[in-house]
Amino acid sequence: MKCFFLITSFLTFLFPQAFAFELNVSDQPNDDGTRLAIRWDPLPPDELRPIDPESYLLLRSEESDGEYIQVDIVSSLDPSREKIDEKLTEGQPYFYKLVYSDSAISWESNVAGPVAPEENWYNTARTNVLIGIIITAAFVGWFIILGKKGKSLYLRPIAGLNAMDEAIGRATEMGKPILYSSGRGKMERPASIASMNILGSVAEKVASYGTPLIFPNNDPVVTAVAQEVAREGYTKAGHVDRYDPDNIYFVTDSQFGYAAAVDGIMIRERPATNLFFGTFEAESLILAETGNSIGAIQIAGTDSSIQMAFFIVACDFVLIGEELFAASGYLSGDPQVVGTLKGSDYLKVIIIILILFGAVVGLLNQEWFVNLFLTA
Amino acid sequence: MRRSFPILVCFGFGTIMLAQFFIPSKLSTGAYNEITNWVQIIYAFALIVGVVGLIRYHLSRVSRRQGGWFFNLVTVSSLFMMAFLGFVWGRGDHSPFMWVFNNMMAPMQATVFSLLAFFVASAAYRGFVARNIEAFLLLFSAVMIMFGIASIGNSIPPFSDIANWILMNPSMTARRGIFIGVGLGTIAVSLRVILGVERTYLGKE
Repeated sequence: MKCFFLITSFLTFLFPQAFAFELNVSDQPNDDGTRLAIRWDPLPPDELRPIDPESYLLLRSEESDGEYIQVDIVSSLDPSREKIDEKLTEGQPYFYKLVYSDSAISWESNVAGPVAPEENWYNTARTNVLIGIIITAAFVGWFIILGKKGKSLYLRPIAGLNAMDEAIGRATEMGKPILYSSGRGKMERPASIASMNILGSVAEKVASYGTPLIFPNNDPVVTAVAQEVAREGYTKAGHVDRYDPDNIYFVTDSQFGYAAAVDGIMIRERPATNLFFGTFEAESLILAETGNSIGAIQIAGTDSSIQMAFFIVACDFVLIGEELFAASGYLSGDPQVVGTLKGSDYLKVIIIILILFGAVVGLLNQEWFVNLFLTA
Repeated sequence: MRRSFPILVCFGFGTIMLAQFFIPSKLSTGAYNEITNWVQIIYAFALIVGVVGLIRYHLSRVSRRQGGWFFNLVTVSSLFMMAFLGFVWGRGDHSPFMWVFNNMMAPMQATVFSLLAFFVASAAYRGFVARNIEAFLLLFSAVMIMFGIASIGNSIPPFSDIANWILMNPSMTARRGIFIGVGLGTIAVSLRVILGVERTYLGKE
């Protein structure tokens, strides 16, 4: 073994290019200047081929001949042949080497470096996302301007939203309350914002009819916003006296505690209409099935495709995909909000064209088109 | 001012958070971490408001002896009891607080979660009635996937292959269509909020 190592070392000395194992280090692009990428040739190097070690030590130093510290253990089976060294100091040059040693042999790769991590101010890998957002914003902005100018914009009928009046009317006729839930989403989620917008329209309608609106809540921030939104709805309808803040209250932030509480309210209060709009998780079917068992008419909308399937089975009407986000414009008829929905519709047309084009290009085995949509 | 200031704050922070997605620098990531910390602080204060509101709501129902007032009493008592146990004996592994959590809270939550299995069965029984051709296709797909994923069916190649095909092709296609719609809707709502077009969530005029 030692003989082989001596021979390969001697040959490497004579013909360095033929036996060279390369370890490279480079700045990791699109980061905050704290990472370097270390890449290496396939392992094992020629000198270690007879013993083929399973792992090597990756060492780092701030000086070429200074003290090296262990950064990581590199597996010879790692197909990526790359490690990202993190939490480094921006502008500080670093050196790296791979080493292997046992009782018989000691091997070191070339010293890679010096390379200093550099801070980047623009993530080039996300340019495609930026272009997508600019196109989206341009479409939405254009239709908002059209809406401001008063141009009439047609919105396709959405069955779940058309049924809203009927559902509220049914509760009024039966003299029973309406139960509203925004699920488990925090206020920063777009689905929760969309839910609050729908709540505003629902509150305005129930205020006119004098139907109680019960909204047990899972998040204290959403509770505070919901109380304000509902009060505003009652005020708009001219019946602020009918607004009862005790009907919109925080229950618990525990997922199944919330499900149990809402189920209990349904069983005790027997609402005629259940409205589920927002972000739902595993509690969706527990709520919807309990609502179904008491005979309530149920309308639901969520941004989770998995929970949407449960709602479709258990509810009378379900808002699918972007219909949840379209609801506030649809219900309020605000031309600016409707304008954003028209913008989204036109974007869908563009996406469909891109998908069809991508399918054709994919059949021709051209990967460049797919690569345009990759991000990091 | 009551409305324009929140809209201005929304616009400012919305734009900052959007921009930081494209800027990987230390300043940008630092700002992102700082803002998300603020959100946590706001949430902590909002939780106090939520708990105060919860106590007020339940105590008022108890004092008025409204229907089910005993459950309101149990809720408030439990809240104070857990707070008392936590403050006096801490929340260590063998503390009374953790004993109550592990032996009462966790089993009760697991019980509610386990109801899901029965709700899935009842919803499936109602939803899979083959009234028309679409409902029949739904029933057929569901049966194939149930057989294909269950341990017995998974060992029979036709069932597992058909289940995989349904999941990876028609089901995935429909889900991606929904994802695109949700994504566009999310961008539209975010833009409406950032630009101040959507104001319902602000409440009072």
